[in-house]
Amino acid sequence: MRYESPATTKEAVALLSKEKGPAFVIAGGTDLLVRMKSGLVEPALLVDVKRIPAMTTIKVMQTGFRVGAAVSGAELGAHKALGKAWPGVVEATNLIGSDQIQGRCTMVGNLCNASPAADSVPALIAAGAKAAIVGKQGRRTAAVEKIITGPGSTSLAKGEVIEALTLPKSSRRTGDAYLRFTPRTEMDIAVVGVGISMTLERGIIKKARVCLGAVAPTPILVPAAADTIIGTKLDDAALAALAAACSDACDPIDDKRGTAAYRIRVAGVLARRVATIAFQRAGGAA
Amino acid sequence: MSEAVLVSTTVNGDVVEFACPTDEVLLDSLRDRVGLTGVKEGCGTGDCGACSITLDGQLVCSCLVLGVEADGRDITTVEGLTEDGELHPLQQKFIDHAALQCGVCTPGFLVAAKALLDRNPNPTETEIRYALAGNLCRCTGYDKIVRAVQASAKELNKARR
Ligand SMILES: Cc1cc2nc3c(=O)[nH]c(=O)nc-3n(C[C@H](O)[C@H](O)[C@H](O)COP(=O)(O)OP(=O)(O)OC[C@H]3O[C@@H](n4cnc5c(N)ncnc54)[C@H](O)[C@@H]3O)c2cc1C
Ligand code: FES
Ligand code: FES
Repeated sequence: MRYESPATTKEAVALLSKEKGPAFVIAGGTDLLVRMKSGLVEPALLVDVKRIPAMTTIKVMQTGFRVGAAVSGAELGAHKALGKAWPGVVEATNLIGSDQIQGRCTMVGNLCNASPAADSVPALIAAGAKAAIVGKQGRRTAAVEKIITGPGSTSLAKGEVIEALTLPKSSRRTGDAYLRFTPRTEMDIAVVGVGISMTLERGIIKKARVCLGAVAPTPILVPAAADTIIGTKLDDAALAALAAACSDACDPIDDKRGTAAYRIRVAGVLARRVATIAFQRAGGAA
Repeated sequence: MSEAVLVSTTVNGDVVEFACPTDEVLLDSLRDRVGLTGVKEGCGTGDCGACSITLDGQLVCSCLVLGVEADGRDITTVEGLTEDGELHPLQQKFIDHAALQCGVCTPGFLVAAKALLDRNPNPTETEIRYALAGNLCRCTGYDKIVRAVQASAKELNKARR
């Protein structure tokens, strides 16, 4: 196996594109190394992106934030402005594993590993995050919800890498939140995860995005659920309609962590809680 | 067979160099090439924390880092906690409180607890338990470990004043 640690995204793309055998980006390695150890993947080439400055920095821009693909959960958690603007995204990412895992794990690794239960992904989708992708043909941008196509698979072409994720500018009237349900408090995989962001205008929800994790083969954006709360002050009727719409959207499996029926029920319960937190963060009156 | 790469890195303040197969994890490089056997392998999959080290100041599992990734970085292992042969207060308090039995988890707990106290000198019990959630112990039942960390925090804060 060859190991390369290029200094630019362009070099990384060239290395990955040229390699004939299985070639992987390694960011935090917390998914990839576990998969390598268990023999699930046998890379011919690893391209370490942690020495690429464009991937290791968080930039505050006019239009929002640009988070480099190799920024760890711990670094993300320490960024005050980002935590203030998008607390749901930061909290979701900080739920990944232990402090040790936080020292390494990245949002982009979480996304590209493409687990249905990836914690940061519903929060990113709810926040309207976009992926800045670089390939042999040049650059393109894709909404985060367009990246995961199924368990373990993504829409990235051979040689394409995600250089950064961008988050839009958030106003005082925007709030987001993410909660997951796990049997244990720490170090467990979500049975259900819910990410919601919303923007208020004169106390009324003007815009909203609702995304569910772990209840379908991919995280799912549910516009029908967002519609139930848009135009409301998140009163009891709106919360009940939201819960029902979220439960309706689920297409889960039975596994050792929970049955399908249980996941459907919990999705509704969590959605209520998440919406309530996001509403308060957006300055809404309870 | 994987090719070997020359890795030069700082471990507990000393520069060390070793030839490292590209698929070797840092845990094995530290134990077998650098001779630091304080790092332990419990699971090899990031779940138990016995292999905890700091890499450029960041707490990580050395079983989920490649040796080659450590080139030019700065590593601290449990062996780096002692100063001039003196045990770190955490090490002394673990002994005083009998916070270990078999000891396999201990180096990892010490490194993780030090990372916590460096960042948060006055952690609550809940904060300690969350910060150490990535470290598993099959012997002690955790309580004595938490007490030892609390006692160390107290002592370190007294020394600081
Ligand atoms: C003990 C433990 C606990 C965990 N707990 C959780 C949890 O609670 N919740 C959760 O969601 N996950 C959890 N995980 C899984 C994992 O930590 C996360 O998915 C993490 O975010 C992966 O990020 P990484 O940077 O380590 O990815 P890596 O392992 O480096 O990469 C993962 C995949 O993404 C690809 N990739 C990475 N970066 C890029 C890029 N820039 N462009 C293109 N492709 C890229 C890699 O090639 C690889 O296929 C846990 C893992 C462990 C070991
Ligand atoms: S050996 Fe590294 S976490 Fe268990
Ligand atoms: S003392 Fe034996 S595992 Fe902790």
